[in-house]
Order: sequence, then C-alpha cells, then structure tokens
Amino acid sequence: MTTTAPAGTDVDELRAIADRIAAQARPGEQVEAYVSRGTNTSVDAYRGEIESLTQAGSAGIGVRVIRDGRTGFAYAGSLEEAIVAEALAEARDNLPFAEPDEWAGLAVPDGVPATSLHVHREAVLATPVEDKVRMAIELERMVREADPRVKGVRAASYTDAEGAFAVATSTGISVGGRSTIAYVSVSALADDGDASVIAGGMSVGRAIDEVSLHEAADDAVARLLAKIGSTKPESADVTLILEPRLTATLLGIVSGMLGGEAVAKGRSPFADRVGEQVGSPLLTIVDDPTNADSLGAEPYDDEGLATRRVPLLQGGVLQGFLHNTHSARRVGTTSTASAARGYSSRPGISARALTVEPGSGDLESLLATVEDGVLASALGGIHSGVNPVSGDFSVSVEGVRVRGGERAEPIKEATLASTLQRLLLDVSHVGADVEWQPGGTGGVTLLIPGVSLSGR
Amino acid sequence: MIEEPTLERVLQRALRTGGEFAEVFAEDKAASNGLLDDGRVEQLSSGRDRGAGIRVVVGETTGFAHTADLSEAGLLLAAEAASAAAREGGGGVREVALTRTDVPDPSPVAVLPDDVPKAERVAVLRRADEAARALGREITQVTASVGASRRRILVANSDGLLTADDQVRTLFSVAAVASGDTGMQTGRKSAGHTMGWELFDQIDVEAFAAEAAQMAVTKLRARPAPSGRLPVVIGAGSGGVLFHEACGHGLEKDLVDKGASVYAGKVGELVASPLVTLVDDGTIAGEWGAFAVDDEGSPGRRNVLIQDGVLTEYLWDFLRSRKDGRPTSGNGRRESYKHLPMVRMTNTFLENGDTDPDDVIAGTDHGVYVAKLGGGQVNTASGDFVFGMLEAYLIEDGEITEPIREGNLIGNGPQCLRDIEVIGDDFAFGGPGTCGKDGQGVPVGDGCPTLRVKQLTIGGVSA
Repeated sequence: MTTTAPAGTDVDELRAIADRIAAQARPGEQVEAYVSRGTNTSVDAYRGEIESLTQAGSAGIGVRVIRDGRTGFAYAGSLEEAIVAEALAEARDNLPFAEPDEWAGLAVPDGVPATSLHVHREAVLATPVEDKVRMAIELERMVREADPRVKGVRAASYTDAEGAFAVATSTGISVGGRSTIAYVSVSALADDGDASVIAGGMSVGRAIDEVSLHEAADDAVARLLAKIGSTKPESADVTLILEPRLTATLLGIVSGMLGGEAVAKGRSPFADRVGEQVGSPLLTIVDDPTNADSLGAEPYDDEGLATRRVPLLQGGVLQGFLHNTHSARRVGTTSTASAARGYSSRPGISARALTVEPGSGDLESLLATVEDGVLASALGGIHSGVNPVSGDFSVSVEGVRVRGGERAEPIKEATLASTLQRLLLDVSHVGADVEWQPGGTGGVTLLIPGVSLSGR
Repeated sequence: MIEEPTLERVLQRALRTGGEFAEVFAEDKAASNGLLDDGRVEQLSSGRDRGAGIRVVVGETTGFAHTADLSEAGLLLAAEAASAAAREGGGGVREVALTRTDVPDPSPVAVLPDDVPKAERVAVLRRADEAARALGREITQVTASVGASRRRILVANSDGLLTADDQVRTLFSVAAVASGDTGMQTGRKSAGHTMGWELFDQIDVEAFAAEAAQMAVTKLRARPAPSGRLPVVIGAGSGGVLFHEACGHGLEKDLVDKGASVYAGKVGELVASPLVTLVDDGTIAGEWGAFAVDDEGSPGRRNVLIQDGVLTEYLWDFLRSRKDGRPTSGNGRRESYKHLPMVRMTNTFLENGDTDPDDVIAGTDHGVYVAKLGGGQVNTASGDFVFGMLEAYLIEDGEITEPIREGNLIGNGPQCLRDIEVIGDDFAFGGPGTCGKDGQGVPVGDGCPTLRVKQLTIGGVSA
C-alpha cells in the first residue's frame, strides 16, 4: 500500500487563480471567481476486510459576471487554464439572457475583521493510509463483538478530507482558507422478529486523533439494542423530548426559514415578523461561525466576507435573518456573511454554526419530569414531510414512550405532527447539555408538549 | 474521450499489484440551467465536469481513485492510487485487449438542448410565470426552471469491455406559492425525460404552470390531515414512489447480502397481493431513469421483480453478480465519476390491474385520496417507509371531497404490498425523481395505476 501523503493544498495558488480571473473584469463589469480544491480518503470495512478504499482529489471553479444588473454564471470541474478561461467566457455569454436585477452585485470588503480559527490539521495529510484502514476495521470489529444480539454491520467507515477555497472579486475581495474534517461512522443490524433493526453511530473531529471509535461504536450499539421489540403506539397527544442531535435537525429546518432570500421573496412564514415573539421565551438561537467549538466554524463566508455572530431569536423574539450580499441589498441591510455554495452554483444562504443558548438540566433530568411523552431517537421523512413555506410539520418517529418520568416501551411506525411555528412557541424547557453535531450545529435537549403522535 | 491504447495501458497499470479486475469509467457532463424566480429570469448558468474513476478489485476489496485529469499521465496516477488497496496479490503484467461494443440508445434525441438558442430556452420560463400568476391574486410567488444535461460516459474494463453511452436529459419544473388567510401553501409540478428539447413538444407550458399554481390555491382551503390508520387510494403516476420505497430498495442485492433487507431469502415466496406485478426497466424510451448501458457498461434491462405477488428477482450490479456467478441485471449506477457504482433502480413501476379507477374510489367508504406523492425514504432492514403527500383529499362515502394539508404517510413495505386491495387500469408514469442512497443521487423514474391500500398511517393532527 502506498503511504505517500498527497501534498496539502496551497491556498495562495488558489488565490492566484481567483485573482487572475477577477482581474479580467472589463469596464462596467463585476467579476467574481470562487475556486475550490479538495482531497479525501475513505475506507469502508466489512467482515474484517477492506471493502473499499478511495483516495481522490477534485477541484473546480465558478465564475460570476455582473453587468447592468444582469448576472451570468458558469462553472467547470477543473482548474486547467484553458478550461478556467472558458468558464469566464461562458459566464459572459450567459449574462444577456438574465433579466436586470437592481440588487445584483458582488460582496465589497466591509471592514469586519476575520476571526483567526484553527480549523486545519496537518494530521489529515500526514497520517499513513494504513492507520486510516485500521480505524475502519477496528470500528467494525468493536461493533460486531459488542453484544451477541448484533448480527452484523452494514457499513463501517473512516473518512477524512481537506478542503480549500479562494474567492476574489473585482470589487476588492481576495481571501482563501482551508480546513479539514475526519469522521468514523457505523451502522449495525440486529434481528427483531421477522425483520431487522438498524441503527448508526458516528464520531467527528478535524483529524484522526479527534475521533473516537468508542463513541461511535457505543452510540450505534446502544441505539440498536433500544430498538428491539418496538411496536406501533396508540395515537395520543404527547410531550416530545428531543435529544441534542434531533434539536440540531430542528434548528437546521428553522434556520432555512430564516434565510434572507426566502424572506425577501415571500416564502417564509417569518417574513415581516422581526421584533415579534415567534418562539418560546426560553429560546435564544444564534448562528456563530466564529465559535471554534463548532465544526461549521469558518473565518470567511463563500463570498469572502469575514463571518460573524448572527443573533436570530432572543428570548423567542425574532432578531433578524441570515443574508448573503444579494438578499441583504434587496431588503436594505448588510450581509451577515452567510453566503454558502459549491463551485457549481451561485451563492445561496446557510447557517454554519447554529446554537441554542443553554438552559438547565440534561436529557435524563428533563426526561424525569415528563408524565406522558415520547423520547425520539430518529425522525424520518423530513425532506418530504416538512414544508418550510407553510410550516406544516409531519415526520415519522422512532423512539421510546415515556410515562411517569421513566422510559417505557420502544415505538416505531408512528408519526409526529404539528407546525414549525407551533413547535417553536411551545418549547417548555431548554437543556444545558450542548452537544456539537457533525453538521456544525450545537443541540440541547428540548421538551415540547402537545405534539400529535399518530399510530394505531 | 480517451484513446483505446491509453485505456489498455491504464488498465494494465491498475492490475500491476495483483488486482483481479480493473475498470476505467470516464464521464464528460455538460449541464445548463435557466431559472426564473420572483418574476425575473435570474440566471442562465452552464457548466462542465469531466473526469475518470478507476477501480481495482481483488477478492472482496475494491480500491478506487478519481481524477479530473484525463491525460495518460493523470490516468496512470489514478490507476496507481486505485491499485494501492490490492497490495497482497502477486505483481506481473496482464495484457488487456479491448473490444468495442455499441449498445443501441433506447432514447434517441431529436433536438440537443445546446442547439436551441439561449433566448428560446429562457422564453419558456416567462410563459410559465405568466400562466401561473394568471390563475389569480392568491399566487404570490412563482419559480420556474429548465435544466438540460448531456452526460457522455465511457466504460472500459479488464474483461475487454469497451462501451459508451450518451445520455441527454431535460427537466422542466414550476413551483408556486399561494397566500391566504390561513397562511401560505405550495404547489409544484415537474416533467423530466431522457430526451432533448422535444420535451416541449409534449408539454403545454401554460397548462402545466397553471396546474402547479392550482395545487397551491386548492391547498389554501385544505383542512388539517387526519391522524391514524385509514384506507388510502393512491392516484396513477406519482404513486410509483410507493413501490420504489416499500419494496424496490429492499430488492437491491447489496442490501440483501448484508442482511439489511426484509426481502432476503424470499425469492419464490408470495410477498405481495397476487394483484401485484412490479417491474424495473432501464430501457423505457425517454423515461428519467433510462440509459443504453449502466455505469458499469452493462446494457439496461427489463427485470420483473414481483410477478402476480411472487418475488422473482433482485437487482444486481457487477460486484454482486460476479460473486454469485450470474449476469448483472444492468443496475450498476453511480452519481458521477467521483463515485463507486452500486445497485440502483432505474424506472420502477407497478403494472396495470383491470379495475376502472373511478370504481377504486367509489368502493372506498372513508379514506384518503393521494393525488400526488412527494419524496420518501425507507429503512430497508425493517421495511418501514415514509413519504410525503403533496396533494391529497378526503374520501367520504365513495367520493373525493375536501383537500387536506401536507403530511407524511407511513407504513411497512411487506405489509403494504399484502394490503393492496384493488388496482386500476389507468397506468401512468410519475414525475422525474432523484433517488439517494449512501450519499449518491441518480435519476430514477416510477409509475403506477390508481390503487387502494387497505390501510396506511396518516401523519396528521386531527382525530
């Protein structure tokens, strides 16, 4: 097996490519180049062997050209000089077919200093492939041998990656950066009558020494065994207990509804509600990519502005929205540096490091206060059952019934329904047990009474 | 894309450390997209991704590497990286001689989207916007998009296979928001086919947009969805996603082999109502999941998965069929050259029954009629599935009455297949879908006639 580490990405080289494109702006034009490059290693283990080992790199460029309010965009999955030049030409060629937009424009340096964040680890590149392979094989073994009821492992993997990017514009932006991530994940199977149950666990960090095989294995096995014997529950109105990782899922959906573009275009139920009570007084939500505890921490957004702390809800009162340059100009405010994109698309808007300000207690202490509830372990059908425009919320749920403050029977084949607006207002308790999730969001335990559980 | 002698040298290099099988998958994909939103054509964008993925198999282990550099030097480097996983085997030189096989394209293209002037491509967006807004003051927002892609692939492997495919897909979609006293509701409609710009010969753009807008307006007066178990009539077309989730994924041989499917060991058994015949067919001209060859170079095929309720066949890719010493079923697919192939569906559909669809509804005393299903997902190990109702109505005394708000439907695959009580004779294909599995999305089609399931659980709030 080869152990040569790929060379780390030279951010200055990416910046040079981006600068060169931006410098080709003609009079009356604004030009932006977004350049990215990444390498990754991924190992899947199965029954003590390597099932697959992937080592690869990829790169690409996206070019925006704006003239007279019209935007042209083109991308290419290569940084070869001729192809990059073609992307610029193609963006210019696409431009006349867009209609003028008075708010079109690229980011302009706004004086906000970038936070220095330690988000890159040389270890990702320096670690021999053999060590990464061992992680996946060991994780698979740990789960298989953890309990006689584990009948197999569907997948056990180790993945790490380095990503680097640069953005340059003819309006004075020229920044770049790089970061790394590493994670292990495993999904395990057990027999349950005629069918099987499956559950997963993972551990995430910025390099191999920041992930824990035990954490992933223990989580997968505990979740798996808890599912055995699940039945369809009776329909009821219950108190929903969301563990930190599912609260993170809920926050992700809510932050999508607080995106400036959805708001400006009348697609968010929260439009025009700044200053109003849209959530429980217990809820304070911020997006803070300058917080190095979050895996979503980044010094710059994808338009090249320094990231900053963005308050969204304060004591349940709506504070504002997430903006990129375009949505901010449209509603007459400034960007919150929330632009997010890959090289093949124009900048969208996304939160990077959402969190809820901690309240008190943890999952166990809050669960003990619930008379009649459901502790959810998994929510399904989120992409089909949650409508971010109307707020309609209907998801499938697996978990355990809670009665008199104690865990009772495990449940499956049931749904939870409400609206997102209702869920936010009805939060009756916020835990202090912040857990940072792989997606960058910090979740806490939440209690939400009055949710419809549909089953038998 | 790559010359034959280069491919042969790259495959030989990939096998040098003892690999048993090596493959080069090269892809050149050009895509363009026009987007109208908020009353304005916001952009016409275009792009190109080109590269190759190389895999080397030894025993049960696969090594994989990909590169955007299609020069011989770039490919040789990737071949070496891919062969790193195959270190145990003996070295040596194995000759590879390629024989070119051309598979007829099931979906010939009349008009390449790239040959249509850009102005004409964005003009359909304007028409859609006007038609949707013309429906009434309630329509407060409209998004229309038209996307076209041309994906040329080449597959060469150490068994001597050399083949290619040229896949052109065109997608048109309209989404509308209606606002009223009860808040906002959404409607949407998409048409996607493995064909060129001639897609618009079969679409009335204005009527299509008005239909999406009407869905949003209708839902403004929708009442909350009921909660609990009820009989459910699924409308022809988009209901095919039910079979994709309830059963299709569980027939993918990679999941079956890992004990992650409720259908493991059930071939030859009655697994569904005898009314059910389920087919996966990658050769249906123009359908969203159609192709000449799959992403391992095997020709698309029609595979009958369930015949009159009896499970007849699983879905296979190269690795799974090689292990079991049988031919692949043409279901080895991947999102792009950056991904390893795995077992995937193509166009999955339920065949016609013999009942008049009106009688299916009339025969339902109290239940829910789902005119349009959205996306779904399944836990293949338990068979439990969930999918969204985009447009649904109550059925009272055998008649469709009030619209109901969006919600999820849930059920268990094997139970649902047994609970199919009646099947209509009005088969239709549904809209274009993107099926996600292990992080990879591929285009799939589905379809079904009107049918009734004895009961599914509706995830609503009202008793």
